[in-house]
Amino acid sequence: MNQPRVLSAYMMLLRRDVTLAYRNRAELANPPLFFVLVVSLLPLGIGPDSALLGKIAPGAVWVVALLATLLSLDNIFRSDFEDGALELLLISPQPMPVLVLAKVTAHWLIAGLPLLIFALPLALMLYLPWRALPVLIATLALGTPVLSLIGAIGVALTVGLRRGGLLLALLVLPLYIPVLIFATSAVSAAAAGLPVSGQLAIMAALLILALTLAPLAAAAALRIALN
Amino acid sequence: MKDFLYMDGYAFFVWSAYAVVVVVMTANLIYPLRRRRRLLREISQQASQNGIDDTET
Amino acid sequence: MWTFFHKLSSPRYFYNLSGRWLPWLAWSAAALLLIGTYWGLVVAPPDYQQGDSYRIMYIHVPSAWMSLFVYMVMACAAFIGLVWKMKLAEVIAADCAPLGASFTAMALITGMLWGKPMWGTYWVWDARLTSELILLFLYLGMIGLRGAIENPRTAARACGVLTLVGVVNIPIIHYSVIWWSTLHQGPIISRFAKPSVDPSMLWPLFIMVIAFMLYFAAVLLLRARCQILARERGSAWVRDLAART
Repeated sequence: MNQPRVLSAYMMLLRRDVTLAYRNRAELANPPLFFVLVVSLLPLGIGPDSALLGKIAPGAVWVVALLATLLSLDNIFRSDFEDGALELLLISPQPMPVLVLAKVTAHWLIAGLPLLIFALPLALMLYLPWRALPVLIATLALGTPVLSLIGAIGVALTVGLRRGGLLLALLVLPLYIPVLIFATSAVSAAAAGLPVSGQLAIMAALLILALTLAPLAAAAALRIALN
Repeated sequence: MKDFLYMDGYAFFVWSAYAVVVVVMTANLIYPLRRRRRLLREISQQASQNGIDDTET
Repeated sequence: MWTFFHKLSSPRYFYNLSGRWLPWLAWSAAALLLIGTYWGLVVAPPDYQQGDSYRIMYIHVPSAWMSLFVYMVMACAAFIGLVWKMKLAEVIAADCAPLGASFTAMALITGMLWGKPMWGTYWVWDARLTSELILLFLYLGMIGLRGAIENPRTAARACGVLTLVGVVNIPIIHYSVIWWSTLHQGPIISRFAKPSVDPSMLWPLFIMVIAFMLYFAAVLLLRARCQILARERGSAWVRDLAART
């Protein structure tokens, strides 16, 4: 009996957040723009040697993807916190973890999915071998939702704080490390022509773990922060 | 004794490691001791001030 | 057993109880630290390969062990504090973070100072040192979060959630770092993991590990008592205590 209500609540919240984000189209462009910009800085800092750049490409792209996600995390709860909508969500009859999941999905659609689109030009710029490109996109597809999910926990913990930005990075970046390790290993292995199924399987497992646990933790953290 | 301090040539490494540990552990010991003394002093000062305020009413 | 926990929920009971335990803990910690250090530095024979530099093990291994043990204590205290809302549990969890960070920093620094004579370099991205470094960041994040939230009870509960998130993540992080280091490390480094140690060198190590644990208990109780005094400063028993000293 409750199932359609929960699902429709999820869809409504998701649609609302995406629509709101779309109204601010300039801000939408920020994470992908940051992504491309910083990756472009790397050859300028390191030198245009194609062999060297190709070697660091997997790690470089992923580290910058981490940072781009980190920058965009604040949007998940900040505006709703400031105008009181978050408290209303907390007292609504729908389970908070589902509502959190809706907001995280919206965040991923807005900030994570564009990173996949820009993977191609970035792979070009860093001389990533062509055969690694599908795997790069696969790791981004599996990994960026995990980044949004884990990031949501960090944002929920720091939502009320005034200068939570650096603290958020300190809290969340160590938790991102497993995703980083397995994603870059997969892309490097693909570049060398080695099998990647193991790494991708582990990334899928991390995604499932994050999907089940992160909304619960974030909901608990929100309840604590707003009481 | 000189051999002991010399530690087979590794004197710098062994002694600085032990020094760091001693410093950190001593600091962690002293900090709560001093804080406790300071807290008790503050609380008794506050209490005596409140006592003075009370008697003035 | 449960009545003991019920009694512990009174800060005053805990304050008095810990006051009686403290001398025992402190003096036995001091004694074992002295015995262990003397045994490790003077009595134990030099290693045939590493000479006297291996003696750093007597402070590195206990520090590393404590850095993990303290996290486990912190996690238990955080869990108890979140579920049963016990004030004492929140206080203990709060005090574990800086102590855990200290032990982790000590483990890293002594590890680096041991690494230079052993491998010729101060830092190496092997699994253990990298894991310790990440653990240090986790502790610093905990301290930062607690400091950033003004209300102590909200801070305690938020840090409780963070601790439990860490409990799930730390094994994942640890194993992914181990896996990562097997990808990138040559065979030379893996020797560092567990050099086979002669029993005559192991006794002082056991003594030092126990000594560090007693030291941790003593210092934790000292800190917890301070926090209790600060939190309960309005109550009568604290004011009496302050007036008497």
